Amino acid sequence: MKKNLLTAFLMTIATTILLGIIYPLVVTGIARVLFPNQANGQLIEVNGKLVGSRLLAQGFTGASYFHPRPSAVNYDPTNSNGSQLGPTNHQLIDRVKGDVAALQAENPGTPIPIDLVTTSASGFDPDITPAAAEFQIPRVAKARGMSEDSLRQLVRQHTEGRQFGFLGEPRVNVLELNLALDRTPDKLASR
Amino acid sequence: MTINGWLQILFFLALVFLVTKPMGVYMARVFNREKTFMDPVMRPIERVIYRLTAVDENHEMRWTEYAIAMLLFSAVSMIVLYAIQRLQGVLPFNPQKFAGVTPTHLAFNTAASFTSNTNWQAYSGESTMSYFTQMAGLAFHNFISAATGIALAIAFIRGIARRQMQTIGNFWVDMVRSCLWVLLPVSIVGGLVLVSQGVIQNLRPYDKAALIEPMQVQKTGPDGKPMVGPDGKPVMDTITQQTIAQGPVASQEIIKEFGTNGGGFFNANSAHPFENPTPLTNLIEMLAIFTIGAGLTYTLGRMTGSQAHGWAVWAAMAILFMAGCVVAYWAEARGNPLLAGVDQRVTASQSGGNMEGKEVRFGMANSTLFATVTTDASCGAINGWHDSYTPLGGLVPLANMMMSEVIFGGVGSGVYGMLIDVVLAVFIAGLMVGRTPEYLGKKIEAYDVKMAMLFVLVFPLVILTFAAISSVRTFGTAGISNPGPHGFTQVLYAFVSGAANNGSAFNGLTVNTLWYDTAIGFDMLLGRFFMMIPMLAIAGNLAQKKYVPPSSGTFPVTTPLFTVLLIGVILIVGALTFFPAVSLGPLLEHLLMAAGKTF
Repeated sequence: MKKNLLTAFLMTIATTILLGIIYPLVVTGIARVLFPNQANGQLIEVNGKLVGSRLLAQGFTGASYFHPRPSAVNYDPTNSNGSQLGPTNHQLIDRVKGDVAALQAENPGTPIPIDLVTTSASGFDPDITPAAAEFQIPRVAKARGMSEDSLRQLVRQHTEGRQFGFLGEPRVNVLELNLALDRTPDKLASR
Repeated sequence: MTINGWLQILFFLALVFLVTKPMGVYMARVFNREKTFMDPVMRPIERVIYRLTAVDENHEMRWTEYAIAMLLFSAVSMIVLYAIQRLQGVLPFNPQKFAGVTPTHLAFNTAASFTSNTNWQAYSGESTMSYFTQMAGLAFHNFISAATGIALAIAFIRGIARRQMQTIGNFWVDMVRSCLWVLLPVSIVGGLVLVSQGVIQNLRPYDKAALIEPMQVQKTGPDGKPMVGPDGKPVMDTITQQTIAQGPVASQEIIKEFGTNGGGFFNANSAHPFENPTPLTNLIEMLAIFTIGAGLTYTLGRMTGSQAHGWAVWAAMAILFMAGCVVAYWAEARGNPLLAGVDQRVTASQSGGNMEGKEVRFGMANSTLFATVTTDASCGAINGWHDSYTPLGGLVPLANMMMSEVIFGGVGSGVYGMLIDVVLAVFIAGLMVGRTPEYLGKKIEAYDVKMAMLFVLVFPLVILTFAAISSVRTFGTAGISNPGPHGFTQVLYAFVSGAANNGSAFNGLTVNTLWYDTAIGFDMLLGRFFMMIPMLAIAGNLAQKKYVPPSSGTFPVTTPLFTVLLIGVILIVGALTFFPAVSLGPLLEHLLMAAGKTF
């Protein structure tokens, strides 16, 4: 008993140093050398200024940008969360009803893709489905004075298929798409 | 549901099948102290550790000493974790200058949670824990609680395999070898693979990004509720910045899955793009969760000299796993019938279904597969919120945990939990033919069955007692966020998850309160250690028995009939015990949802 208690203390110290400190620092060091961009969160700079991460959605609301999925936490990465609303909670049903009405006014007669009216799990899902991007093309085209076809082509360029052709789901990264939009020359000066 | 979705699920099952034998052979060699390819690296480190910690590696322990060593190590490391949390304000690697974790019941809950391999999280990592606490406190416990589980499973297997012996191994040696030979090498390689896919790994302070388009949000008042002006209109605020939380995530992420711990670096766990950025990382994380549990079935067969028995157990696990997948995928892909005016169908350009609380890159197939895997095992990581699942979709994770997580299961705990069910299965088979039951040449007698029943009964007793109290007292019901039957499910899920050492949650429940932190804290400790002790007692008792050669009256444990009987026992023990509670929660909610009722 006494000997095992002593070992318990010493073992806690020894394994903490090995597994709790040396191991993560070694991985950090190797990661920094081999994959510096990924290790730091794939940060995006525009004109030398940090504007976000490729992996974190931002809350675009203007008509001339593609919108990400709704967020329960205002796209705040220091507070990652979903809505936690259950399927029979009237708060969920009412919220979706309101969002559906707003989207229907914007693009009448087109069915609304489910991911556009449901909050993501992280609170900043970087992606929307190709269906959700297609749904927003008429609005963005009008706001920017671009043709829908040229916009559709841009969306297609930013659509990522399934990984290795079969893993996951096809998706469109909203931040990258919007940054590409801002780089396209034919946007309206009056925007 | 889509063909591609099923293809992904079957591909995953095929991978689990493929890793079972190599992993199982490797672990058998490690714990039999035979030569392995890792010896040149790990053997010197192992020797140094034993010298520093006064361990005699040739000392053999009886089951009682084995249990005491395990309990002492758990107790000491739990106290250290509590201290690290409270003192993190003065410890290094704290660029966000987080103060010590308060209140004390939260620090207690978290210490109990990580020591018991549960990783229930009543805190939010990115706003509470310093990098030091995450690395040396939480990720460290991911290693040692997993290693403890593996050690105990090996001890149990030795109990079956040994004949007329008093001892079942040395806890310290089994624990250290689990860490050095099994957990650490895979974590280093796997962690770096995750980084290559985009899981972050750094010690930077949080970055501040200037938003491309400033955002209007409703201000939050001092009471934590959205502010409304005197004119009744919401008070708005303009946000121009996004603060990007950073940290040493990948090194913690891989052991979080591989050790079936499940505690996310961030609150959103594996739904967070920094923890799980691509479908490939999702696949690696799921595979990591099942690898050791699956491998241990092969280790069982190898160490007891009955490989067919190992595969019979594996088959029972695989069948129950697929059953969960089918129900969860089907339920979620149907979507939520209460949502009007939206397109929840599967088309070429969307995966459809109930997307509330899920991520686009995973869609229906990978979200429900992850939910099934994480609760079959005692992992508890999530890549979508179970609270927002449809009633039947959410029932799958709940039912998986109620079966005590024996479907591949937690590292170690899955296999010894399953072996308790095996003892019960052969006992029932023995009753049916009227002979003393035998298991791999050992007679199963009254003492063994009593201990097995103790193991089985502690679990529902703890869960149902706590859940019942929480359902009738205001300190329990105050935490419920979703009204109606769903609210009861939130409470039930919390205590099932705690006692099963899973750690996933119906997260809407407010759990950082004195009651829930304390009750779930004890729920987790009882569910871990009160079940380990009867299990070790059986191991010790089996080890000293004589070998009885199989006769014509022996029920074979290698046949499909055995697999079916084992599944039956698991379902009866798990499902029947909890059926009344389940019918008040998810089943009732499902019927009411079908009738169009909201709450």
